[in-house]
This record gives sequence, C-alpha cells and structure tokens, in this order.
Amino acid sequence: MQKTKTTVMIVYILFLMIPIYWLINMSLQPNRDIIGSFTLYPQNLTFDNYRRIFTESGWAAGYLNSLTYVTMNTVISILAALPAAYAFSRYRFIGDKHLFFWLLTNRMAPPAVFLLPFFNLYQSVGLFDTHIAVALAHCLFSIPLAVWILEGFMSGVPKEIDETAYADGYSFPRFFIFIFIPLIRSGIGVAVFFCFMFSWVELLLARTLTSVDARPISVVMTRSISATGVDWGMLAAAGVLTLIPGALVIYFVRNHLARGFALGRV
Amino acid sequence: MDRTQNNYAWLFVLPVLVLVAFSAIIPLMTVVNYSVQDVLDANTRFFVGDEWYREILRDPQLHAALGRQLVFSFSVLAVQIPLGIAIALCMPTRGIWVAVTLVLVALPLLVPWNVVGTIWQLFARSDIGLLGVTLNGLGIEYNYTRGRWAAWLTVLAMDVWHWTSLVVLLCYSGLRAIPDAYYQAARIDGASRWAVFRHVQLPRLTGVLTIAVLLRFMDSFMIYAEPFVLTGGGPGSTTTFLSQFLTTMAVAQFDIGRAAAFSLIYFLIILAISWVFYTVITRSTKI
Repeated sequence: MQKTKTTVMIVYILFLMIPIYWLINMSLQPNRDIIGSFTLYPQNLTFDNYRRIFTESGWAAGYLNSLTYVTMNTVISILAALPAAYAFSRYRFIGDKHLFFWLLTNRMAPPAVFLLPFFNLYQSVGLFDTHIAVALAHCLFSIPLAVWILEGFMSGVPKEIDETAYADGYSFPRFFIFIFIPLIRSGIGVAVFFCFMFSWVELLLARTLTSVDARPISVVMTRSISATGVDWGMLAAAGVLTLIPGALVIYFVRNHLARGFALGRV
Repeated sequence: MDRTQNNYAWLFVLPVLVLVAFSAIIPLMTVVNYSVQDVLDANTRFFVGDEWYREILRDPQLHAALGRQLVFSFSVLAVQIPLGIAIALCMPTRGIWVAVTLVLVALPLLVPWNVVGTIWQLFARSDIGLLGVTLNGLGIEYNYTRGRWAAWLTVLAMDVWHWTSLVVLLCYSGLRAIPDAYYQAARIDGASRWAVFRHVQLPRLTGVLTIAVLLRFMDSFMIYAEPFVLTGGGPGSTTTFLSQFLTTMAVAQFDIGRAAAFSLIYFLIILAISWVFYTVITRSTKI
C-alpha cells in the first residue's frame, strides 16, 4: 500500500518536474546547440543567456514592479478579507448568501473585454501605470478567494472562544488582534499563498494597466522576445527567472502551508 | 455552527464590498453600455439596441467555439478532479517529506501563465522538445502545430500539468481535517479501503471539492494565455477557445460593441454553470 502511494507520488512529481528541467536545460545552452543538436543535458554549459538578460535594461525594474504590486495586493486583500470572513463565519445578516456568491462571480468575468473598461476607469482616476492600479485590479479575484479561505478556517474555531474572551473583558479589537488572529495564523498563511499566486501569474490585467513605470516582469519578457525574434535560449532563461520568486514564496510559507492544510477545513 | 443574526456585520464586509465594487461594477456597466452601441471611434457611436446580441446568438463560429470550450472544460474537470483526489490520497502525512512534496507539487501553480505556454512550447516541439522528440522516436507521429489531436491533447496535458496541483492541495487540506476517530470507527466496522473512501473521506471532501470544481471550471472556461502562446489557437481553430475568439474580435477587429455583447453572454454562461455546480454540490452535503 505504502509502496504504491510512494510510486504514484514519484511519478506525479516527475511529470511536474521534467518540463521545468527541460526549460532549465535549454536556458543553459547557446542557441546553435538548441537548434542544432538534441541533448538531454547542456554540453556547452553557458550562462550567456542570463548575462544578456541582466545587462539589458528593464529586467531588474520589471522584477521589482511585479513584486511591488503583488505584495500590495496581498496586504490589501488580507486586511480587507479578515473582518469580512469573520462576519461571514459568525453572523447571519440580510443578504449574506447573495453577497458571498456575488463576490465569487467576480472571478468569472472574462478578462478579454473588460480590459478596455478597466483601462478607461484607471486612467480617469489617474492611477494608470501605477503599482496600486494593478494591485487594486487584482483584488477583484484575490479578495473573494481570501474571504472564502479565511471563512473556512474561522469557522473551525469554536465560538466559545469569542464568548470567553468577551466575558474576560476583552474589547473586540483586542480580542481579534491578540487572540483570534494567532489562532488562524496558518489559515492566513494559506490565504497569503493563494493571493500571491493569482496576482503573480496574472498577465492580461497587469499588461493593460501599465506602460513604463510599473511594467511587470512577464511583459518585459514578452516584449524583448518579440524584439529579437524567437531566441529560444533567452526565452528559456527568462522563463527560469520568473519561476524564482514563486519558488521562494513557497519555500517561506511551506511550514504554514503544511500546518495550515493540516488544520483547516478550507 | 449556528450563527447569530446581526445586521451590523455589514460593517465588517464594507471594505471588501468597496474594493471589489470599484473594480467590478463600473467596468461591468461600461461593457453593458458598449454592448448596445456601434462604436466607430472615440466620438462616433450609434445606439443599436439588442442587435449585437441577436447577431452573436446566431453566429455559427461562436457556436463552434462554445462547443470546443465546453468539451475542453469538462475534459479538464474529468481528468483533474479524480487525479487530484488520487494524488492527495497518496501525499505523505507526516515527516520531512510533507514540506518537500508540498513545495514541489505547488511549483507549477506559481509559474506565470504565459511562461507555462513557453515551457510547454519548448518541451513539446517536435524538433527540439524532449516530449516531441521522444514521441517521434517511439514511432508516434507527433507535431502539435500540425495535428489537430496532437494540439488539443497537448493543451489538455499542459492544463493538467499546470492545475492538477490546485486540486491536490485543496483535497489534501480536506483530508488532513478528518479526525482520526472516523478512521477508527471504520476499522472497527471492518470497512474496506473503498468503503472508507466512499463513506468517510469523500463526504468530508465535498467542501473543498466545491471550491476545486468551481475554480477549475471558471479558470479553464476563461483559459487564454497558455494556448495562445503554445498553439496560437491552431491548427485551424482546434484550440481557439472562447477567450481567444473574444480577444480577436475586440482587439484585432476592434469590434467593441459585438465583443461587449459577447462577453456579457460569456459571463452569463459561466455564472449559470457555476451556480448549478454550487447548488448541486452544497445541496448534496445538506441531506
């Protein structure tokens, strides 16, 4: 039994890792090797592709821009979602079910045509090409998700804890910050992971709402590719570079993720 | 949990409401506005009423794209949900391997969507990609830029690669939340592995499965960047799904009115199907 499980896991992880390995493999080869010969590992190991990326302008800024708006989005989403999730998990109020479903529907708007109205909206309020514009636009799908996840974790905390705290003379803000939030710490970890994830991978909105000052990394990548034609080595190297922040985030939240997933009934 | 009636709870929801409404309602109204007009340029526009809607509902190309989209989305669900549950059941439950597998499993989720397309392009090309070269070496003719089936299956494989981990993570969290007492009770009753899965694990997974099914349905129904990078919608229109059809209409042909009417219909389709999923699954838990 245990053996089958391990085998399944290993096969699945190999399936996930092989395409990524191939990307790394290509990023470390000069272009003529990529086109010319088929090798399972780089025969003429070179870091040229990476060097070219880092010497060209725009790349470091692109990274920083992406990280800035993703961080803003995550902070705003969590701060707004915490009280809302508390309300959904503890109280019944007029229209609560409809509101919850309405929040979810915002994930369903096909981005393609909403791009133009988004552009107009943010331009008319003077936020076009700022980090906060992308962060706010991404709230559209990260906040509903954060509310959804946090509500699950909060419902797992017995209501007696709230009542005991009030009986002990805690005010609501003190109770919420010093007792309740530590209890759902892992849930917050999971929510942070999902907010970061959906904001980091989103391309269409981020591309529409920025031009120069807040241009995200994935756009920098597509632009420099189209400028030089199909440059496989550089494309692969750029791809590898976009994987790194994601990998770092998972590494930092891994314990929360493991514990959060162990506690939560998402 | 029994929740107390308290309408002041709206105050807690207010920040979320304001933030989401800002980005949701104004653009939505703008789209509604476009959808009843013929926009020629920024200053010239005519009111055309429901003409766009009638035209779109009769468009055979759109019907074809919608059909392809439905087949694709349901294939995605049919593969990823069972696979995700199976993998979640196989995940280690304690020890250092938990963190390691979680990190590895979560990695594809954090790849930007256009990079997912790039990865699979490099991986599947029949001249330089590992997958393409291997399949052709095995004597299977494979070229995703030419074969219809090859293209469609490559896009599906890419989506499985990209998103199954989401189902795995959600189901894993659901499984970890089942108290040991349930398993002990099942063991005393002499339940088989299948019976444990069917009557202990699966019922407790409905909550997370609702989220998983809904998220996967919505996102696969709006899939855009990945097939756009990988196949560009081809060969022919085999992998031109709704989003791409819509973008071509809005951007390339600059047919804003038509595209707006289309995206509202698109939105309503997603809304309707999600609502059906939502009610069916939540109702089945409250027997």
